[in-house]
Amino acid sequence: MYSASDLKKGLKIEIDGDPCVITDFQFSKPGKGQAIYRCKIRNLSTGNSFDKSFRSADKVEKAALESRDFTFSYEAGDDYVFSDNETFEEVHLNAEQLGDNKYFIVEDMQVEILFHNDKALDITLPNFVEKMITDTEPGARGDTTTNCNKPASIDNGYEIAVPIFINEGDVVRIDTRTGQYADRVSKG
Amino acid sequence: MIETLKARNALMQRIRAFFHSEGFIEVETPIRFKTPCMELHIDAEPSGDHYLRTSPELYHKKMLARGAEKIFEVAKCFRQGERGDLHNPEYTMLEWYRTGGDYMTALADTQNLLSAVGRVFAGVIAWASGDWWVFTVAEVFEKHAGWNPVEDFDADRFDFDLIEKVEPALPKDCPVVLKDYPAELCALARLKPGNPKVAERWELYLNGIEIANAYSELTDPVEQRARFEKWGEQRRALGKEVYELDEEFFQALETMPEACGVALGLDRLLMILTGAKSLDAVLPFRD
Repeated sequence: MYSASDLKKGLKIEIDGDPCVITDFQFSKPGKGQAIYRCKIRNLSTGNSFDKSFRSADKVEKAALESRDFTFSYEAGDDYVFSDNETFEEVHLNAEQLGDNKYFIVEDMQVEILFHNDKALDITLPNFVEKMITDTEPGARGDTTTNCNKPASIDNGYEIAVPIFINEGDVVRIDTRTGQYADRVSKG
Repeated sequence: MIETLKARNALMQRIRAFFHSEGFIEVETPIRFKTPCMELHIDAEPSGDHYLRTSPELYHKKMLARGAEKIFEVAKCFRQGERGDLHNPEYTMLEWYRTGGDYMTALADTQNLLSAVGRVFAGVIAWASGDWWVFTVAEVFEKHAGWNPVEDFDADRFDFDLIEKVEPALPKDCPVVLKDYPAELCALARLKPGNPKVAERWELYLNGIEIANAYSELTDPVEQRARFEKWGEQRRALGKEVYELDEEFFQALETMPEACGVALGLDRLLMILTGAKSLDAVLPFRD
């Protein structure tokens, strides 16, 4: 349990059974009055944000969050199956839970999955992933400028803006945090 | 950082010049003692078998009882657990008292002081020479929170509504004074002669930030002791420390003349004068 005085920005707490994070925090205390801890809070399960104030005597539940290392194993229909690096226990995440991350998952990828009471909440991929460009207009020869982009896609249909000099068959590095092109790894 | 140091220096120079020109003398009073002022929500920081002061108030009143007439102190004060954009557990209080006069006399002193200080920082602040708004606590609560805490007091609701409804609605472009607090929030102020439902206390807001607190000082030792004992009991019920009472202070009240006094948060004032949003900008060595 946390006391109200432990609250701060970034702290993960549990409210009504849901894991939440404090996104903004303000200590208030009117002259001669009680301390009031005013928080903006985001529910990590639903993504909803709300305001909540706490009094000094209030206790706040710690969020039972745990992060574990997994390896991507295989796809099963709409599900992506990961196996726990220590216990080999399998965890299924569906396409909706993965969001854009699903485009960047590759064989044997090492990922971190965040659990709340054994329910998977969030997944963190390695910062960069290498993917082959499967479709784009031919590049202009000799044009190595990087400030001019064109559309391209990778094998699973994910669309990405790449520099003019990239051709089909080139392998590029994609930043999984932003979903954007980082650099070229090799020519096709 | 050097700009902030220079701004604080200019502010201190101006404040001292103002008080000296008004005939006040600068005093020093103990920082460590065994009997901090007993207030429900103000917690003193222990220092060995003593405490660090949360306010110099009781010692200033002892000085008034011994014949001082106009005094001021630039007093480092300490309050446990108070940390935020507008709070620091160690901070500088400007505290002054004068004999004779009541809380409205104290308001005139404050207006003169801020007008003298404001001239130096006129580039940042709009209120240096403008009008001041004075509201009663009852009227701002009725207007912005829909109830009258003087008629029907609720401490918890008062604190929340003050912070969430009243303070955000106060004008920001001029100094705002809230006066005549519910008798339950009298602290060390006397109740209004002829209207004991309110205490002669005001708080000043600049840019919507609470900056100073003033009283017509209570000079009745019996009533003051009863208040401290009641707050001590309430502290005990909340599981907070109950401080030893300062008998010398009650004795001083026997002979202390009518007086008024103001406590003003200097770090917050400096913050407002320099256009800062948090004490971080004016306290160079914050934890």
